[in-house]
Amino acid sequence: MSTATLHEPHVHVDATGAKIAMWLFLFTELLLFGGLFLAYAVFRTYYPADFHYATTTLSVSIGALNTALLLTSSLTMVLSVAALERLNRRLSVILLGVTALLGILFLVNKYFEWSAKFHHGLYPGSQDLALHPDGEKVFYGLYFTMTGLHGVHVLVGVGVLAVILAMIARRPRRTVSVPIAAPTALALQGDSGPLWHQAADAQLDAVDVTLVYRENEAVAHRQLIKLENAGLYWHLVDVIWIFLFPLLYLIS
Amino acid sequence: MSHSNADGGALPSYLEVSGRRTGILGWILSTDHKRIGILYMSLILGFFLVALCIGLLMRLELLLPGPTIVQPNTYNALFTLHGVIMIFLFIVPGIPAMFGNFFLPIQIGAKDVSFPRLNLASWWLYAIGAIMALLSLFTGGGVPDTGWTFYVPFSLRTGTNVPLAVLAVFVMGFSSILTGLNFITTIHRLRAPGMSWFRMPLFVWSLYATAWIQILATPILGITVLLVFLERLFGIGLFDPAKGGDPLLYQHLFWIYSHPAVYIMILPAMGVISEIFPTFAKQKIFGYKAIAFSSLAIAFVGYLVWGHHMFTSGISDTSRWIFSLLTFIVAVPSGIKVFNWVATLYKGAIEVPPPMLFALSFIFLFSIGGLTGFVVGALATDIHIHDTYFVVAHFHYVMFGGVGIAIFAALLYWFPKMFGRMFRYRPFFISWVFIFVGFNTLYFPMFIMGWLGMPRRYYDYMPEFQIWHQISTVGSWLLATGVFIFFIYFVKSLRAPRGAPDNPWGGTTLEWRVPSPPPAENFIEIPTVTAGPYDHHGEGDA
Amino acid sequence: MEKKELVPYGTYIMIWFGLLVLTGVTIIAASLHFGQWSIMTAIAIATVKGALVLFIFMNLKREERLFKIMLSLALITMTVIMVLTFADISFR
Repeated sequence: MSTATLHEPHVHVDATGAKIAMWLFLFTELLLFGGLFLAYAVFRTYYPADFHYATTTLSVSIGALNTALLLTSSLTMVLSVAALERLNRRLSVILLGVTALLGILFLVNKYFEWSAKFHHGLYPGSQDLALHPDGEKVFYGLYFTMTGLHGVHVLVGVGVLAVILAMIARRPRRTVSVPIAAPTALALQGDSGPLWHQAADAQLDAVDVTLVYRENEAVAHRQLIKLENAGLYWHLVDVIWIFLFPLLYLIS
Repeated sequence: MSHSNADGGALPSYLEVSGRRTGILGWILSTDHKRIGILYMSLILGFFLVALCIGLLMRLELLLPGPTIVQPNTYNALFTLHGVIMIFLFIVPGIPAMFGNFFLPIQIGAKDVSFPRLNLASWWLYAIGAIMALLSLFTGGGVPDTGWTFYVPFSLRTGTNVPLAVLAVFVMGFSSILTGLNFITTIHRLRAPGMSWFRMPLFVWSLYATAWIQILATPILGITVLLVFLERLFGIGLFDPAKGGDPLLYQHLFWIYSHPAVYIMILPAMGVISEIFPTFAKQKIFGYKAIAFSSLAIAFVGYLVWGHHMFTSGISDTSRWIFSLLTFIVAVPSGIKVFNWVATLYKGAIEVPPPMLFALSFIFLFSIGGLTGFVVGALATDIHIHDTYFVVAHFHYVMFGGVGIAIFAALLYWFPKMFGRMFRYRPFFISWVFIFVGFNTLYFPMFIMGWLGMPRRYYDYMPEFQIWHQISTVGSWLLATGVFIFFIYFVKSLRAPRGAPDNPWGGTTLEWRVPSPPPAENFIEIPTVTAGPYDHHGEGDA
Repeated sequence: MEKKELVPYGTYIMIWFGLLVLTGVTIIAASLHFGQWSIMTAIAIATVKGALVLFIFMNLKREERLFKIMLSLALITMTVIMVLTFADISFR
């Protein structure tokens, strides 16, 4: 019978390394949108008046509502991380669920906003838009590209959060076989009295023990890294929106 | 089966340890950085040979004025394919993906990169991108004919399959980004005890600088090609002058990536040279820190100069002289490197086996490429020779004479380590003669043609250029002969008897202290590093 | 993983509140028509909001120096790209 230990097997997790990699990835996202911000800046310089007018056709209240939704989702995200840091798995899961839900609400809101624009014929390639001045065509091109790419990121973020949520919500379990001779077996308590005692009575060499980790720091830490990294991504998507909102909806 | 090295004991090499799966699956699903390096190598070198043949066809077409072997449209498709394959499938991933993957972890004393599974994912993305690029040839409107630069508005109007081709570029960019991210994290986190920053081999430094460009420049290419894709699909209008868009903005965005990308290509090549020179000169490298920092300097300055690709496109005069001025700054760190390599040879006990021969010719060819860079970087002369064969010659001297030759050098330098076999010198000396003579016969006349006004990418030419075109085409035959000799004997050497020594060249970096080929996790015990990387005579730290 | 001091929940809630207030401020500021200064105001406020998210929510404040250096590399690159492009656009 093989021996087993009751400790979690030591898996080397380089938390700092994972975080470095995540930040590097965020930089690529930053520059991806950076290209679009550059295009925005260039065209705003070319067509100040058209941009001014086109901005006023977007609904500030819908944009503001979406800003509030994303900012709040960032709050619940960071609170979810804080809860897991305190080994409060339940609260962490709930907050993470709320975060994803707010993300979905953001997308629903965006859907209605886009639909309205389509309804009015204001989309790239439409016949109505072809009659508008060049600057407005470019503005709507930018508007749909920037909010579209951002929306895709929110969608991906919701997916990532869902995966992490499932991972944290599932209690880690592990079944190990403990030889009766092992000193650790002496300390095991079964549902009815000491385990080794019963096992010895039944003349078993070993017993299978299913371990359910309740508040195991090692497990929580490993999950925490993933949750934190997902959080970093979510916050960055928020940061990008923080800039998109005034540039597209407000500046006049 | 285990290898025959004394110190490795019974440790099987990476060639024998396939992980949970066997056969081909044991390769394409392996997370071992060495196997991934070999995976990249098989694809990258394969694509190189394909693009080389396309180049041969182009040269053949230009042997005589007027139609020779292909129609004008086919010629446009050929130079586009040649460029796209050579740039995106061969030379950009090139050294980091093949040799970086294989040697970076070993050179810093690590068992693998930080994220082995992500590393495998990078290879898959590269392979998927390559498949998409191949599909774009046979689907939609057929082979793209825009040139590798996909300049708008032509790329928006042409009926050929530009959308799929640019998506392929996007996917391959992702692969490049993930490799860079993996390398930076690995270098920060997995250096062996005692492997301080200034004890890292210069190849690692060059990969570090390269990885930063991969991270901070590639996304710009990503968004650029994505915009072309969206433009083709939905007509968003950003690059379309008919809709108020700006074609020059495309050129800006494209070169914001593609100029730094030149340094993604050349920096690792410089890293390879920095490894080979001290080994064969049996000397510590001259100016270690200067070379290390010049890699970082090149990486940074590379961001400041993209406008020199646009001198004749109608950008403002102010920006033209700014970009021209900044372009000249690149010469400083590049010059620092060249002088330091040459100084490394001084009073060295120089041996010249094939890898060193290729490394030495790198210096010669790269210097010609670099110095003619002044001519195209200077505003006044560039107006004259912009978009002529002069430019074609210039970047082939840098890209092929520089990076390509460095890849040949690296293939030979690390061959015994990677495959545990030795090659015979003679065939590679012969191939070198053909490559070196062929290369200069092929590309040098292009400087002259360009200076005389022969525009690039033209299907036809005036009779007075014929002699230069013919010399050039003969050169292409010589060069191709050399390259084919190289690869025939490369493949033959893969079947040579095993038993290459662990350190055939007397190298001092860590990869020469593990068995040839290295065992699955490189080191039985992670080494403790106590000296600089090129400590030939035990002088201690640099 | 080294132990770090926990940030109280309250801090995050305060920051969130601050972000909402700043959103209100930027909307009001936009309706006041500062002329060419309105874009500067909007970007300045967005930068403050972005910095709050980066430093507090994304924990950059308590991260090692390396992370801050790396972020500044990315931001410098972005700035360089903007400035040099406008060396063309502004003088064309």
